[in-house]
Amino acid sequence: MKMKTFAAAALAGLLASGPALAELVIPDLSYRTGPYAAGGTPFSDGYQDYFNMLNARDGGIGGEAVRIIECETGYNTEKGVECYESTKGEGALVYQPLSTGITYQLIPKATADNIPLHTMGYGRTSAANGEVFNWVFNYPANYWDAASVMVNYLLSENDGSLDGKKIALVYHNSAYGKEPIRTLENLSEQHGFALDLLAVDHPGQEQKSQWLQIRRTRPDYVLMWGWGVMNQVAVQEAANIGFPMENFIGNWWAGAEHDVTPAGAAANGYKSLNMNRIDANLPVFDDIRSLVHDAGNAAGDGSNVGKVLYTRGMYAAMLAAEAIAKAQDIHGVANITPAMMRDGMEALELTNARMAELGMANIGPEFGVSCQDHGGTGLGIVQEWDAAAGQWNALTDYIAPDDAVTQPLIMEDSAAFAAESGIEAGCM
Amino acid sequence: MFYREAGDFKTSYEADNQTFPIAFDRYRYWAVLAVAYLVIPFIINDYWASAIFVPFLIYAIAAIGLNILTGYCGQVSLGTGGFMAVGAYACYKLMTAFPDVSIVINVILAGGITAIVGAAFGLPSLRIKGFYLAVATLAAQFFLVWLFNKVEWFYNYSASGQINAPERTVFSIPVTGPNTEAWAQYLICLVFVTVSAIIARNLTRGTVGRKWMAIRDMDIAAEIIGVNPLRAKLSAFAISSFFIGISGALFFAVYLGAVEVGEAFGIQKSFLVLFMVIIGGLGSIFGAFAGAAFLVLLPVALKVVGVDLLGWPTDMVAHLQLVIVGALIMFFLIKEPHGLAQLWRVAKEKLRLWPFPY
Amino acid sequence: MMSADFLYGIEVVLNGLMAGVLYALVALGFVLIFKASGIFNYAQGVMALFAALTLVGIMEGQVPFAHMINAIFGTEVHHFGWHVPAFAAIIMTLGVMVLFAWAVQQFIFKHLVGQEPIILFMATIGLAYFLEGVGDLMWGSNIKTLDVGLPQGGSRWIEDMTASLGDDSFYGFFIDKLDMVATVVAAILVLSLIAFAQYSKQGRAMRAVADDHQAALSVGISLNFIWVLVWSLAGLVALVAGIMWGAKSGVQFSLSLIALKALPVLMLGGFTSIPGAIVGGLIIGVGEKLFEYTIGGMMGGATENWFAYVLALIFLVFRPQGLFGEKIIERV
Repeated sequence: MKMKTFAAAALAGLLASGPALAELVIPDLSYRTGPYAAGGTPFSDGYQDYFNMLNARDGGIGGEAVRIIECETGYNTEKGVECYESTKGEGALVYQPLSTGITYQLIPKATADNIPLHTMGYGRTSAANGEVFNWVFNYPANYWDAASVMVNYLLSENDGSLDGKKIALVYHNSAYGKEPIRTLENLSEQHGFALDLLAVDHPGQEQKSQWLQIRRTRPDYVLMWGWGVMNQVAVQEAANIGFPMENFIGNWWAGAEHDVTPAGAAANGYKSLNMNRIDANLPVFDDIRSLVHDAGNAAGDGSNVGKVLYTRGMYAAMLAAEAIAKAQDIHGVANITPAMMRDGMEALELTNARMAELGMANIGPEFGVSCQDHGGTGLGIVQEWDAAAGQWNALTDYIAPDDAVTQPLIMEDSAAFAAESGIEAGCM
Repeated sequence: MFYREAGDFKTSYEADNQTFPIAFDRYRYWAVLAVAYLVIPFIINDYWASAIFVPFLIYAIAAIGLNILTGYCGQVSLGTGGFMAVGAYACYKLMTAFPDVSIVINVILAGGITAIVGAAFGLPSLRIKGFYLAVATLAAQFFLVWLFNKVEWFYNYSASGQINAPERTVFSIPVTGPNTEAWAQYLICLVFVTVSAIIARNLTRGTVGRKWMAIRDMDIAAEIIGVNPLRAKLSAFAISSFFIGISGALFFAVYLGAVEVGEAFGIQKSFLVLFMVIIGGLGSIFGAFAGAAFLVLLPVALKVVGVDLLGWPTDMVAHLQLVIVGALIMFFLIKEPHGLAQLWRVAKEKLRLWPFPY
Repeated sequence: MMSADFLYGIEVVLNGLMAGVLYALVALGFVLIFKASGIFNYAQGVMALFAALTLVGIMEGQVPFAHMINAIFGTEVHHFGWHVPAFAAIIMTLGVMVLFAWAVQQFIFKHLVGQEPIILFMATIGLAYFLEGVGDLMWGSNIKTLDVGLPQGGSRWIEDMTASLGDDSFYGFFIDKLDMVATVVAAILVLSLIAFAQYSKQGRAMRAVADDHQAALSVGISLNFIWVLVWSLAGLVALVAGIMWGAKSGVQFSLSLIALKALPVLMLGGFTSIPGAIVGGLIIGVGEKLFEYTIGGMMGGATENWFAYVLALIFLVFRPQGLFGEKIIERV
């Protein structure tokens, strides 16, 4: 440790450039290039635009301006690490990498550096156990919740029984795509449905074999864990083999506009999960348009406002901003540190009244975070694509996952991680 | 003036055969080592370690390995990513199966395992040559990545298929895991790089290296003068894979700490390392370092200039980065097809005559 | 009445054949350039992406480099506001590809004549990076929908006609209409390229250059012209491949990875053989689909990526120059 302080001092002396302190620094590890750019761009636009709007409207949060540092990762873990290291010294409050690979990278690093990590609906699912993962938050929902929500939705469609049904999972052959498998296997035992697993390799341009197999085996439902080009091809191939679109459900990273538009009218009726509601008429969008876009400060080209991933990025920014406000409240200072930010995130309470006040009524479910539970409630809605109108329509209200299934898995996986890394479980 | 053989008298065969026959080269060599071992560890911070030095050192090992195969033995390989993955997963399995064995031994063992795998995939090289071989090594690349993704035993049945490096220490200083200090990370890589470079340099100067070069220059002629192509090619594959395996193990355990095989060791990695070898200069250990430094530093430098200084949008800088890297590669190949090492050689030749060239 | 498994096997073979024709098409782009100039053109895949991006950009009337212009000059330009019909846009894109071919020859490969093959190969990788960056800067990196009026979806007619061949668990052959069109287009393109090389004056000159540069020069063939010609032809092939793949998945970055699908085809068929590319493409297409259908499932699936390479590797061990490659005669 001594070496490190000495080194830091020496370097500070050499460069003579200390970080500017009187700001709330939010790094945005975005990806607007590479194979997954189509998903990364709108998310990042929404994330940045919201903070810029707060700066313009309220002068920041609690009177403290927000400074965004954007860093391009290209969905590449090495660049992600470079981005993390180059921004953490600036006083970064929270990281939102939007990549399961980078998340796995950053969990140990951020924990050691005492900087919180918010992996909203992606990343390591068992991070929901806050006693093991003190610095990692994945509220409002995680992948195992998503798998359970999907099955619960299908149960409600089939009068409570999936006995004898056949469900196929088409998944991205990576850490991200493999996440739901264990949950679905448990659920298949519990509810008596048969589960077919179909892996699609990165990037997923070629899926003929998988869909011919689906055509042969005729599963009742197809679930999908896809990202990038895999989604567009899958929707197209499903339409090609004449698979009934209403029985094809993607997770929340396989349900944006750009996933379905290349297939045109054939994609009509495709369903996906969502962790937040889509409403292009939210009052907050007006603020963003008038205060940010009209002032020429839009993060991207400004064309994504109100889209699925834009809204999710904005929702993520709102959760971060609320946590900052909470942290300022708890510690009584405006200029908070990453450690205070963590306290704010752990004490986060989101109510319907507060969301309405923020101009985004009903955007997400009500939830609270605690030391034990960093994962939120795990609620999700099912939405359906209307190709003619070119929009997603919510089909259901928030559906709850089956905690009895996901919780033991979370406990098991986090305990394994704790044992592997020598972590003593407990609150901070 | 100061850079010349004249006046530097050798009185023994050892002295005459040393790696750096010119005194100035020797001083420079010791000076570089002194800075690397005695200065940098004291001023390095997390950013410099993670963004520049550690990846540079690890890629340098990989480039040395590939240079042995491609530069010295003339066998073009695009399986580097796959072999790095073997090193990484071997290291992970060893680290978790034998927690008490020193990480240094595990990394070397991982290199050894990679050497065996590499030699096995090198077998077709006895029949297949040139680009056919290059594409054939892609079979190794894709197959190995698929294997590590599919067989759960390799990642200890974790839910997502990610592998995480647990904390391991050398002289009770952590060198892997989240609590590693920047200087420890840097030093362990530096030690491996130094030893690898010395071994590689001496291998290529000796009998083995000469056999490789004979095979590279004309394999049939080499066979006629008594070089066994089977042994020469397979030893090149094995030794090259040994270094690549070590770099893969360090890449996973020390640098990233958590990897997913398709993302970290995909085909892009194979191309990147091949780039380093060619830009640096085929058949040169110095070239391996130069190429690795060039391709690690350039994107970071471009990012700093584009985003931090000029304030351009990050996506535009990332795209421009591709344009500039691509253009520079083509420019280099046109101006100096033998890489940075050749520039270095030319500079040294000029220096010998300086200040009175004829 | 045949068993459903067998019939599905036939269906897999049919689909494999159609995929194979597309692989052959991409491989053909490689072969043309390799034959005439000894350059192993890794940028072929990125050329397909660039061609498709340019096509969409022209059709939609996008302003090239809009993002860069806006970022530097603070303007807000995105579209010219016109739409170009698909046919005219395809012609214009071809023009761009010819221009590109000329530039590649003029600025890069003219200066690399006589270099070792590996150096030329690396230059094309540099070119691939460059072109990828330029494509993104010019047209943006969002997913673009490519609609040139190609049919989509499985043919219900074939399905209904063949459903009676098997028992109840057989639903008829699935044949994608886009694949059919692609197969026909690719077949026409391949045949006309062969005819061009065989019978036209330029084609004969092209083959002469492939046989012997020096001899071709001495009878008055302009090497420069021939090289621009083969790069233009490769651009045409890239455009067609880009349209076929882009129609399915939208035009985006991943399109450039189709080059990887063509490499095992090249190994199998030989780098210098046009018929080899076609036969190789068909073998790879059928082989990988059939392997995934029969054995792949037992091994956990997603075997297509490596199986093509392993298949080609096994072939190569027995025939090191590929199926139709020229016999390598080595002299000391």
